[in-house]
This record gives sequence, C-alpha cells and structure tokens, in this order.
Amino acid sequence: MKNRLSLFAGPYVVWMALFVVIPILMIVFYAFSSADGGFTLDNFTRIGEYLPVFLRSFELAFLATLICLLIGYPISCALAREGAQFQRIAMMLIMLPMWMNFLLRTYAWMSILENTGLLNRFFSAIGLFDLINSIFGTDIQYFKMINTPGAVVLGMVYNFLPFMILPIYSVIVKLDHRLIEAARDLGADSATVFRRVTLPLSLPGVLSGITMVFVPAVSTFAISQLLGGGKQMLLGNLIEMQFKGAAYNPYLGSAVALVMMIVVVICMAVMNRFGEGEEQAVVL
Amino acid sequence: MAKELIRLSDCFVQFDDDIILDHINLYINDKEFLTLLGPSGCGKTTTLRLIGGFLKPTSGEVLFDGERINDVPPHKRAVNTVFQKYALFPHLNVFENIAFGLRIPQAAPGEKKKRKLPESEIQQRVMEMLEIVNLKGFEKRSIASLSGGQQQRVAIARALVNQPKVLLLDEPLGALDMRLRKDMQNELKRIQQTMGITFIYVTHDQEEALAMSDTVVVMDGGHIQQIGTPEDIYNEPKNAFVADFIGESNIIDGIMRADGVVEIFNRKFQCLDKGFEKDEPVDVVIRPEDVDIVPEDQGQLRGTVTSVTFKGMQYDIIVDFYGFKWLIQTTDFCPVDSRIGIKIDPDGIHVMKKSQYSGMFGDYSSYSEEYEEISDAEYDPEAEEEQEDGHEE
Repeated sequence: MKNRLSLFAGPYVVWMALFVVIPILMIVFYAFSSADGGFTLDNFTRIGEYLPVFLRSFELAFLATLICLLIGYPISCALAREGAQFQRIAMMLIMLPMWMNFLLRTYAWMSILENTGLLNRFFSAIGLFDLINSIFGTDIQYFKMINTPGAVVLGMVYNFLPFMILPIYSVIVKLDHRLIEAARDLGADSATVFRRVTLPLSLPGVLSGITMVFVPAVSTFAISQLLGGGKQMLLGNLIEMQFKGAAYNPYLGSAVALVMMIVVVICMAVMNRFGEGEEQAVVL
Repeated sequence: MAKELIRLSDCFVQFDDDIILDHINLYINDKEFLTLLGPSGCGKTTTLRLIGGFLKPTSGEVLFDGERINDVPPHKRAVNTVFQKYALFPHLNVFENIAFGLRIPQAAPGEKKKRKLPESEIQQRVMEMLEIVNLKGFEKRSIASLSGGQQQRVAIARALVNQPKVLLLDEPLGALDMRLRKDMQNELKRIQQTMGITFIYVTHDQEEALAMSDTVVVMDGGHIQQIGTPEDIYNEPKNAFVADFIGESNIIDGIMRADGVVEIFNRKFQCLDKGFEKDEPVDVVIRPEDVDIVPEDQGQLRGTVTSVTFKGMQYDIIVDFYGFKWLIQTTDFCPVDSRIGIKIDPDGIHVMKKSQYSGMFGDYSSYSEEYEEISDAEYDPEAEEEQEDGHEE
C-alpha cells in the first residue's frame, strides 16, 4: 500500500460499492430482463411511449436551470463585491432554507399557490380580482397557479437555487481583483472586462452550478407531485410509479432510469466540452 | 527643455482616518524615467494609482498634458501599468495576453465609431513586442508554464503593445531573484530608451532607483522628501531620512559654526555647505566610503573598532567614537579592539537642516539588527502588499 492513510478510505469504498455501484449494476440487469427472468430489449422499445415525459422533464429542468443561472450569477457577482461581514450573513440567508426539510418547504409552496391559498387570498383582499373583472367583464375568483408547469419550475428554482449560487460565488470571490484592474488598464470598459475576464474565469463555477441544479431537477418527483398535482408527470414520477403502486414494473422502471442516466451524462459531457470550447472561443 | 507631461497638483488622499498622501506636488516630464522610492506605506503605490486612474484624490488635481483627468477612468487614459506580480490572464496564452488591449475596439482620434484592428496588424504588433522583450517563440505557451522572469516580460509587452505615452511599473522586479533583477534593470532601461516613452517606476529598492532613473522621488509618510537626479539624492540628501534610506550613512549631530565649518564631537571640520545660521544645530551625513582610516595619532577623530564584517569588495567595520558608533567601509583590515584615527575630506561631509527625522537614524550600536532591516534580502513583498492593499479597499 503506497499511502498508509488510504486505509481510511476503505469504509468509503465499501459504502460506494454497496450503495452506488451494485445498485447501478442491478438497474442495468433489471433493464435488460423480462418478468420471467430472460434477456429482453422490450423495456427499451416501450420507452418510446413515454417520450413526452422525457421531453417535459428535460424542458422543465432546462428552464429551471436557466432561471437559476440568470438569478444566481448576478447575485454571486454582487455578493462577491460586498464586505466580508455582509457576505457571511448573506450566505447564511441563502443556506437557511436548506436547514428545513425539503418536503416541508415544498408543502409550504402548495399552501401559498393553491386556488384558495395565501397568494390568491392576498390578491382577493386587495381587490385585484374585482378590478380585473370590472375592467374585462370576466368572472375570475383566483389565479390558477398550483398544478401548472410554472409551479413545478418555481419549486425547482426555489429548492435548487443555492446549488447554483454556491459554486459560482466561490469562484468569483476568489477571482484576483488585479486581473480586473489590469483589463481596465488595457482599455476594457466594464462590459468588456466582464465578457473577456470575469465570465471566462468564472465558467468552472457556472458549469458545476448547472450540473448541480440540472441533475436533481430532471429526476425530481416530489416537486412535480406536490406542485404539479400529478398532472405534470416527470421522469421521476414515471420511475416511481414503476416501483410502487398499481403499475408495478421494475423492469421498465430500470430501463427508464438507465436511459435518463445516460442522457444526463451525455448532456453534461457535451456541456463540459462546450465549456472548454467557450474558453477557446474567447481566446479566438 | 523637456516637456511636462503629468502633474500632480496638491494631491491629498485619505482613507477613513489615514492620510495616505499629504498634499503632494509633482510633475513628470515626457520621456523621463522617474522612480518613486520609499519604504512600504510611504504612498508611492498610491501615487501610481492616482496616475493610472484606479484612485481619485480626495482633493487636488491630476493633470495629463495640461488636462484635468481626475475623473477619467483607467481604460480611457493613455497610460498602461505593469502590475506587481504581473496580473496576467491565466485563461489566455502569451500571445492573447499581449493582444488583449489590441483586441478592444477603439475609436481613432477625432472619430466616434469604434473600430477593431485588423488581425494582421494585431499579429504584427504582438510579434514585434515579443521580439523586444526577447520572448520570440513563446506565443502559444500558457502563462502557468512561464518562469517569473518570462511572466515579467509578458506583462511589460502587454502594457507596451498599446503604445502608451506613459508606462507605470509597480515594483515589477520585486518577485525576481537578484541576478534576474539586475538583468531586467538593464532590459527595462533599454526598452525605455528604444520606445522613447515615460516610465514611472515604483520601488523600495534604492539601488534599483539609482541605477535606472533620470529622476528619483523619495517619499515617506505621504510626503515627498526629496526630488532629484540619482547623484543629487545620494550626494546631497535633504534630510536624515533620505540620507539613511539611500545607501548607508552615519548621521551625526553637529553645529554649524560658520560657512564651511561644522563642529562634530567638539571638533571643527571643513565642509562645503553654506547658508546656515551661525551656531545652528544640524544633521551631518558621512557616507561610510568617504572616511579614510589613518594611524591613531594622525586622525581628526579617534575611535575603537568594535566589529568587522568581510563584504568581498571591502570590510564593513563599526567604530566607536565617544560612545557613538559609525559604519565605515574600508579595504584595509583593522582588527577588532584596535585603535584607529580617521580623516574626512570636506566633500565627504554633508550638512542638512534638522527635520522630524533627526536622531532617528545613524547610530550603528545595534548594528546587526539595523543592517538586516536595510538589507533587501530581508524584504518581504507580501507584508507590504497586505499593508498597501488595506488602503485600497
């Protein structure tokens, strides 16, 4: 053994083998098996039926990731410029929701977005609906917010935003301020400094932020179940259904999970290549 | 007559309650090599940042070619900077680092529309620059793969390729080892002369300042202590601070008895200085190399050798005169505890007015500690940086 300390990695290796490698191998095995135990490709040919679910999952996850990026990047930039004390407090506030249970937070959004929920009651109280009805001659009693794709995306953004902010922030805060001064000294205005120095140097943070938001968003089932009301079936829900409940079919579920995993890995690989390309593109 | 290019007029800079620059007045001529010299925290980097545009004076004016540029941002000034530790872009290779400024569309004089330089011109100018700084063939290399000296050259090329009227250099050789520093000093002087532009150079290293500059500005505590040619500064220091900071010196209390006569240790010495009041208390500077050692009975002053250090070219000896310790440089070996006499020629004695620095320097009784403080090998650029960065928040 080269390093005596590597002995201490032993438990982790065992843990990984038991709970990551073996389950993945089981999924692969199940995906290629039929109910009677023989080899089959039927599970994969059936996936075609669920193409809309795939598309919707990737679409909503993409949308949520994009929104997280658009919110997270400016926040990270602004935060990195503040004093150390302010940064600590702001970071704590950003992390604060994560100290509460994930399901609890999502339930809270349910009661906010419901037809008779907090927001709609607030709108009603300030007379918003009366106003709209009197202007347009309609008869609106509430806005439909819950059980829409928008609600699902909102849930994703709300839950995963810190995962976008943290990596971007930690890269930007370490950015050498002298590089920015150097760029300004060489004739770059603020926009050029951002485009040619800050952005390319913060790209590693952006890429890991995207990964950390996109992956859980594309496979979530709790958010779509609670805020989408089962009408917005996503891959996570599809897979869950195959393992629990009436549609019990772990073979199909495994196949779906495997395909999703492969698509995600391909997406990430392409994005990372694109990221490297981006740095090159800036060079060119 | 040289043409004036930059003028700092009554510039005052304050951060919170700290006064960094206290009403500085300074002008810089075109094509001049001017050095701002001083210990850390003296305000030299702040002065450079005023000219670079990274800082606005709390009060006072920065003039460029007669125009007030207080509010002109750095990217619109005809000035480029070589930063301490270079600040090269890690995501760009050598060529692209140098081409950075050229790739930014600029409006030609008298024109509104910004235009990009054609790629062929960028190519040509970067290649020319690489040749000037002796880095031909390095254009595709990554910054991380370069040595300190090479990074230094890239930083210089990156600034010079924009053809600035003035190049600002902030301790550019601080991170290099001794030999490389000597080479780069010559290199910088050569570049300045070939390009024919103004260099404003910040350093704490007096040797560097004397070797390269046309004009040296010695600063301390946010004040300019003396402005002059290297020879002036060395030979005719204005006060005890300058005398101590530039080279080694013995600074002794004296009394001016008449024009050309100064009294030290109750003995009268001939000197060249005039224009003091009769019996005015003064500081007297005697450079260690201006002292001649003679047999005890022939000396103007007599003392005991307390320490001898071999320095290669000469011996540094510490001699006790009536309880006050002098540093003397000599090629003659004098053993410890021997009694010696000394003679000083009139042009070896420099008389200065008393100042706030009087009595702070000059006694070599704590020789070894003081020597370390002066010696550059002990200098820690990190320490200075922390101190100065603090002011830049």
